[in-house]
Parts: sequence; structure tokens; C-alpha cells
Amino acid sequence: MPASNGPMSGSADGRTDVTERSLLQAIVEVARSVFGAAAASVFLLDEQTGELVFEAVAGEGEDDLVGIRFPSGTGLAGWVVMSGQALLVDDVARNPQFARDAAESTGYVPRSIMAAPLIRNGDCIGVLEVLDRGSRPRGDLSDVDLIGMLATEVALGLELVLRLRRLTGGQQPSTADAGGDEGMLRRIAARLPAATEPVASTVSRLLATADDLLAGESAASRGGSR
Amino acid sequence: MTSEPQASGDPEQYPWRRPPRHHFPGIPAWGAPTATLREEKFDVSPIGNVTPEWAWGGSDGSGVKVAVLDSGVDGSHPMVKRLDRSVGVVPGDDDEFTVVDCEPTDAAGHGTACAGLISSIAPEAALTSVRVLTNGKHGTGAGLISGLRWAIDEGFDVINMSLSTGKPQFCLALHELADRAYFRRCVIVASAHNMPVRSYPWPFASVISVASHDEDDPAVYYYNPSPPVDFFARGMGVEVAWPGGAKIRSTGNSFAAPHITGICARILSKHPMLTPFQLKSVLYLAASNVFQPQGGEHASQ
Repeated sequence: MPASNGPMSGSADGRTDVTERSLLQAIVEVARSVFGAAAASVFLLDEQTGELVFEAVAGEGEDDLVGIRFPSGTGLAGWVVMSGQALLVDDVARNPQFARDAAESTGYVPRSIMAAPLIRNGDCIGVLEVLDRGSRPRGDLSDVDLIGMLATEVALGLELVLRLRRLTGGQQPSTADAGGDEGMLRRIAARLPAATEPVASTVSRLLATADDLLAGESAASRGGSR
Repeated sequence: MTSEPQASGDPEQYPWRRPPRHHFPGIPAWGAPTATLREEKFDVSPIGNVTPEWAWGGSDGSGVKVAVLDSGVDGSHPMVKRLDRSVGVVPGDDDEFTVVDCEPTDAAGHGTACAGLISSIAPEAALTSVRVLTNGKHGTGAGLISGLRWAIDEGFDVINMSLSTGKPQFCLALHELADRAYFRRCVIVASAHNMPVRSYPWPFASVISVASHDEDDPAVYYYNPSPPVDFFARGMGVEVAWPGGAKIRSTGNSFAAPHITGICARILSKHPMLTPFQLKSVLYLAASNVFQPQGGEHASQ
């Protein structure tokens, strides 16, 4: 997990990470589809730095935003983190300051943003955001209600992943190690699409080997049982 | 009675600011020998035939002190009319927060958006920014409670809280503060949560809780007969202040509460002796779905 110090931070068991990542990816895909949106994304809050970290993105920016960080105290995401409420802004592109900030951080300037907090045990641990909803018969208030429900689902899903991880004895790696390995994995994920074919193929084989190694070890550590 | 008394003199002499009766062993016992004791005189804001015009017509909120508990307020934003003071909570040792004066700035803009809306309804209300939110690290909780306690003790007439905390360990402290505010005639207007999560203080009976309706009229608000939300006010597609002197259209319960805060400021400016429960009754009687203009009758029970 890129949010190395976040409430859902990494596990020694690679498979739970995959589960968490797939959960978040599935949710953002659903959010994007339901709203007919240009993009949907989930950020988690890094408790140590107060930064928000892109964890999953569907649509605009899905290839290069995961792992990107920005301060949580500003922008609409900041409003959501602070107020703990789902919010919607409509004409953001009309606002030059906002447009400049958005372009600098994500490369995409939306017309509208809707966002809801992910709340776990009373704390805001992240934000679900939807950019540029398609025009639909539903009203704005219903849209805000719906993203609120989706955000609640994300938070509950993350909570379950965390409990499962505790039950299966997943060990928390040290913060430094997690940041280091995850940072490297993010860099690999970001660079891989642009690599030449032979290099990409080698990297893929190495990653598959690493995946097999980790899977074998975690199976062995549980005595082969599930 | 036709003339409206004006609250006058030392605010600390208001009945609601008076120190509690002191009795052995420090806890007051209650009872009043009214047959023999001389009756205490106090000013009255008579509630007659309540109409929106009676409630706030011609009022601009002057003389009313409003605290905005939020991320700060940008005093230079054109939508913010009267920002008297800015304070912020600062973390100290042992999770204790202190309240200190600070610059009238707001990095996030959420508090400025709320303050701008209050100004748009009650332009002469004297706003004080109480910054209790800085970033995700300190979000809600201990700082919020310190800021709220300060605002109640300072004697603000209205406190706008477009925020809440979901941490159960703060529920009791917030409940006690909300009751303390209520008894000191300090009205807390809090935005109800628009997500299915438990949070405080908006569901408390001692505060005025506000959610959004989806109409465009800032003066239209509805009484909600099924608790815990008291009123629905404009909260959809509202033009609000955005950092850098700009404006933006936004939707959320955060922006419904400041509408009711502004209306409360106008009512209290005209009728300064109203207590919170009387004020809530006036809001109820003047609500768009309760008050019927023709004939001065109210909607059926």
C-alpha cells in the first residue's frame, strides 16, 4: 500500500494486499460506471504526514496516479476530510486557482468533483472521489447520497480486510521496509507500460517469480492450510 | 405587549450567564418558594403571531455574535462581511488544546465558505472564526471540544458547526457542552450527517440540526417532523466562497447549516431575549412548510 503509515498499511502476506487493492479497484470501477463519470478514485490518508495518497483510480489518470500524494488540508478533498461530509462542487474549471492546482497534481482539470469521506471508527481514513459525472436524471442530492453510501461500503470493506489480516496472522512490516518495497513496486508499475518489449517481458517474468516465491512462503507459514 | 425589550447592560448579568446557585456541598438543590419569595423581574421577548416578517423581517443580524467553528475564515474574502476576530486551537502537552488569536486565514476554505453564507443572510452579524480543523492529522475530536468550550464560555449567541466527530469517546463531552450552551442561551447550529454514520453533536436535542433541501431559495427552509434532523435548508448548488477570493457552486449539508445560522442571527437581533427552545419554536412557526401566509394561520397539526 502506498500509504505506508496509513490505517490500512501493508502486510507481509502479498495476497491480502491484492485483496485490498482489488476491493478498492472494484469500488472505483463501480463508482465510475454508476455515475457515468470521467474518473473515480480512492485516496487514503497517511496519518504521519497528513497527506492523501491515490490508492485506486478508474478512468482519467488510472495509469499514473496511484501512489501520488498531496496535502489533505486543501481543495475539495480537504473539505471532505475536515467536515467528514460528502460534498459536491460543480464549476471547478471556472476557477483558475483550482484548475491550476488540479492540473499540477493530476494533469486533468474536471468540471465537477464529488467526494465522500471514508470513515472508520469515527476517523476519516480517506476519500472517495468522482470526477465529471455524466448527465443523468438523478438529482445532485441523490448523487451525494449515493457516493456517501459507496464510501461507507469502501470503509466497511477495508475494515473487513484489516480484520481478516489480523485473523490470518499477517505481520506488519516495519514502516521503513514497507515504504521502500512499496515505493519500488510503484515505480515499477509506473514505468512498466513505457518500457520496451524485451525489458517489459523480463520485468514481468521477474515479478511473476517474486509473486510465486511469496505465495509459496505464505502457504508454508500456514502449514498449507487456508 | 407590543414593544420588544432590548437586552441591555452587562451580558454577564443575563439570567443565563449567572453562576449556578451555590449550596452545600457545592451542588445546588432546586425549588422556589414563590408564595413568599418576591418574583424576579426579567425581560421578555414576547412570541405573538409568528410570521417570517415578525421573526426576522428588516433584521441584518446586528448585535449578534456568531462563532464559526471550522477550518478558519479568510477575512479578506469579499463574501465575508464582518469578521471581528480569529482564534485557533493549538495542540499542547497531553492532548490538551489551547485557544490563541491567529491570522484571519483559511488554507482549506471550508470555514470561509460557511462564513460567507452567514454573511449573505445576516451581513451585520459579528463573526468570529474558531479554527478547530487544520488538516487530516488533527481533524476532529479534542481540538473541536476545546474550541467549542471556548466559544460557549465566550458567550457567543450562535455557533455554526458544519462539522462533526464520529469518535464515540467524545460523545459525552460534546453532549455536556451542548447542554451547557443551551442553558447559557448559546445556540449551536450543526449540520446533520449526509452519510449513514454515527457522529456528534448534530443529533443532540439541545442543538439545531440542519440537512439540505434541493431548492434554490436561501430563505426557504423546512421543519422536519421526524427527528433527529430539525430543519432542511438550502444546501444544493450553493454559491460559496472559495480560496483566493473566488466563488464556487457546491452541494452538501455543510452549507445548509450556515443558512439557518444566518436566520437565527437575524431573529436574535430582533428578539434578543429568546432562549434556544423559544428560538427553535420561532424557527418552526416560520418554516416554509408550517407558516401559511393567507389568514395568518399555521398549517394543520
